[in-house]
Amino acid sequence: MSSETGDARDLRMHSEPAVYVYEAPVRIWHWVNALAITVLAITGYFIGQPPPSVPGEATFNFLFGYIRFAHFAAGYVLAIFFLLRIYWAFVGNRHARELFLPPIFKAEFWDGVIHELKWYLFIAKEPRKHVGHNPLAMLAMHIMFVWGTIFMIITGFALYGEGTGMGTWQYDYFSSWVLPLFGQSMDVHTWHRVGMWWLVIFAMIHIYAAIREDIMSRQSLISSMISGWRTFRDPNRKPGDEI
Amino acid sequence: METFYEVMRRQGISRRSFLKFCSLTAAAMGLGPQFAGKIAHAMENKPRIPVLWLHGLECTCCTESFIRSAHPLAKDVILSMISLDYDDTIMAAAGHQAEAALEEVIEKYKGNYIVAVEGNPPLNEDGMFCIVGGKPFVDQLRHATEHCKAIISWGSCASYGCVQAAKPNPTQATPVHKVISGKPIIKVPGCPPIAEVMTAVITYMLTFDKLPELDRTGRPKMFYSQRIHDKCYRRPHFDAGQFVESFDDEGARKGYCLYKVGCKGPTTYNACSTIRWNEGTSFPIQAGHGCFGCSEDGFWDKGSWYARLTDIKAFGVETNADAVGTAAAAAVGTAVAAHAAASVVKRLASKGE
Repeated sequence: MSSETGDARDLRMHSEPAVYVYEAPVRIWHWVNALAITVLAITGYFIGQPPPSVPGEATFNFLFGYIRFAHFAAGYVLAIFFLLRIYWAFVGNRHARELFLPPIFKAEFWDGVIHELKWYLFIAKEPRKHVGHNPLAMLAMHIMFVWGTIFMIITGFALYGEGTGMGTWQYDYFSSWVLPLFGQSMDVHTWHRVGMWWLVIFAMIHIYAAIREDIMSRQSLISSMISGWRTFRDPNRKPGDEI
Repeated sequence: METFYEVMRRQGISRRSFLKFCSLTAAAMGLGPQFAGKIAHAMENKPRIPVLWLHGLECTCCTESFIRSAHPLAKDVILSMISLDYDDTIMAAAGHQAEAALEEVIEKYKGNYIVAVEGNPPLNEDGMFCIVGGKPFVDQLRHATEHCKAIISWGSCASYGCVQAAKPNPTQATPVHKVISGKPIIKVPGCPPIAEVMTAVITYMLTFDKLPELDRTGRPKMFYSQRIHDKCYRRPHFDAGQFVESFDDEGARKGYCLYKVGCKGPTTYNACSTIRWNEGTSFPIQAGHGCFGCSEDGFWDKGSWYARLTDIKAFGVETNADAVGTAAAAAVGTAVAAHAAASVVKRLASKGE
């Protein structure tokens, strides 16, 4: 797994221990998902707050139709890739499961969460090294991202089913029970929009934390999601030292 | 027992008009032309279904809508179909006579009559906010529905509560389905609802001896399966991205989509955009005002009728999703920037060590 670690402390020949964390399907899913959420958030924003009217005859314009089409298409992509990602949680390596099943019944997990909080509050001097996600990230991903996405997929298909109409699977499996659950259609629209902001806020924190940790905790995060390998820049510490 | 056809003929409706009604109703229910004959046959041969029309806490707009129903022919038919037994607004009898008529129907047609409820019972103060014939309306409702075949919750009041149930609902006005249990309830929401729906529901029950197909919330699918938006004649402007920005602008004059000024057509299930009102003359959107979703649950409490993003009412504040979202995103953004700055300071400080 890890490459040479010991003697090569020479400046010109410095080496970094590396661990293969993110398998290809996880990486592909991550970037497709990021793109889908970007498209969904932008088009979704405009669906609630439409851009200024286009001039000319209605016959020759389809701007709002294209915005909605992009939203629906990206929604399908998000939902299908989310299902694939769940499948991969079953067949992939153990890091593929972290998102869905944070080990909340283990004391050491919560110890890790507290340490990570201290690290973010500038109380702890040194971050711990983690091969996969750190415990705080696991928790945030699970609560904000996984459940946020499930909420958006369910309410999203419920709203989409209103357009496809009764008798379609979207309506029968989603709209028919989601609309009365929330009260009525307008309530589902409102909460779907709150869900958008929830995921936007998640994305802000996620991107910031990834960049910061990449720099501050001396381990690769951004490039790991491209190559799959997590590298540790402190040659004196092996991965798994403190987990 | 008398049939609907006999009653109609007695009311001076010609056979020709009767057959027209059968065709119209078949069309309104989305049935094929062959069903017009089936409907006519049922109306001629099956005993008339008596309808008791009860009035609770309401404004009578349902009845007003009803007696101005789209087709004058349909109106005559409707009146002869249902007003005969008990409807305190339009029947000839009054006082004790009227109450006696109600009792007579309940006795005579046990288990076979339909109760149409306009308005709803207020439950606060033992129901004293609505008194009919000296007794709380909720008592009359329970009494009349005890032996009925089915209940039609006529209008948004009976279906959802409407304006008298809007916050804070001082009289505790309660929709029919939350007071009466064990009876099939057909909801016909709208403020007011469309008259044709009532005749179609009764005709359907007479012809096919069963309730029309209802959706999960109890509305007849044939009238409430699509949104106003799905059949709106301004829909091309929506898809094109042409919106009215304010009620006096160029877009309003050109008949653009009213989405941005709060039209609730995309979230409202009803048949206004197809059946329309007053002999098919118009409906709100055609008159240049957005739909405000009168046939949806709790529409009085859903925030502005003139904004697309409606209010969220929680923790005593009223605000919309974007206000909440931008405030939260700005707060998080500020926190991120501050945290990043602190991180830089820490890093510089630790380098100096």
